[in-house]
Amino acid sequence: MVWIWTIMVISACVFGTLSGNMEAVSAAALEGAQSAATLMISMTGALCLWSGVIKIMEKAGLLRGLVRMLRRPLALLFPEASSGRAMEPIAANISANLMGLGNAATPAGIKAAKLLMKTSPDGIATDELCLFVVMNTASLQLLPTTAAAVRAAAGAAAPFDIVPAVWITSAASLFCGICAARLLRRITGRKR
Amino acid sequence: MRNLRREAASADNRTKTMSRVFAAAAPAAICLAAIAGAARGTDVFEAGTRGAAEGLKTAVRIFPALVMLLTAVSMLRASGALDALAAAAAPAFRALGIPPETCALMIVRPVSGSAALAVGADIIARAGADSLLGRTAAVMLGSTETTFYVITVYCGAAGVKKLRYAVPAALAADFAAFFTAALSVRLLYG
Repeated sequence: MVWIWTIMVISACVFGTLSGNMEAVSAAALEGAQSAATLMISMTGALCLWSGVIKIMEKAGLLRGLVRMLRRPLALLFPEASSGRAMEPIAANISANLMGLGNAATPAGIKAAKLLMKTSPDGIATDELCLFVVMNTASLQLLPTTAAAVRAAAGAAAPFDIVPAVWITSAASLFCGICAARLLRRITGRKR
Repeated sequence: MRNLRREAASADNRTKTMSRVFAAAAPAAICLAAIAGAARGTDVFEAGTRGAAEGLKTAVRIFPALVMLLTAVSMLRASGALDALAAAAAPAFRALGIPPETCALMIVRPVSGSAALAVGADIIARAGADSLLGRTAAVMLGSTETTFYVITVYCGAAGVKKLRYAVPAALAADFAAFFTAALSVRLLYG
């Protein structure tokens, strides 16, 4: 993660020198910084609005309702955890992710991960922990607010009209992640 | 020829219908929140402003990284390196139906959220938000997570020493997302 920026800047300079585009590169450096400010200013309104709206939904009890709704289907995916205390934070984490509440998803997720590792004191990831982590790395967010804010900043006619494509894509990604986890679990052999 | 034109017109109509339906998504979500909040007797406006303040904090938090990264992306673009990368990736990407211009986005997406935002915003601004490429980049951004960050946070907190198959499974999910993003945008808006 630390290296990304360094690699980008160095390769821009090396590539610019080799291709003789160095003048354009130096102009672009300042342009880039400027466009970051423009982008942020046009995005901030949308970002604030959506975190406000989502906060209202959370306060209205929609998050709690979602947790209640998801507990049963999630228990099918986590049969070992379903009898223990891990189910509550798992449902809370997945629900918060669906609503785009990153700040609420992380603490619940950490709690769930700790409980899922209870059966493995030697630090070898359990199958259900792997599945839980894979589900978290596939984005579940129902309203793609950041992507919509970037689109709005670029002048999209209807920033949220990508929603159906995002839902299809998220579902496909989640499905593939769960299948890959199941498949790799079988290949690598059952552990606990 | 006429057939082609008719096909293009129907695709255009489909896009328009979808735009109209999901243009209502934003006001519908806002209304739903307001009604649900009022029905519960919560102070809707107070909750909304508190949430907006959190959004502002997020914006302030990511801004410095965005400045650094958009500078780097812009330099890379001007040096011709991004075009060279797209050209090098083109044969494989074309075969999969993924626009080669999204190659850089696919590389940084699992590693860094703000780098992905910078690369994605650059593509969207250049190609146009309503172009197929711009939409594909937006869907890729909106339907994936910063995989390695998530793995680090959860596995670090839970004291996991051996990850077993978590990384390959998560990357398979990411790749499926990139592929489906390109496919679904082509089918829905193409």
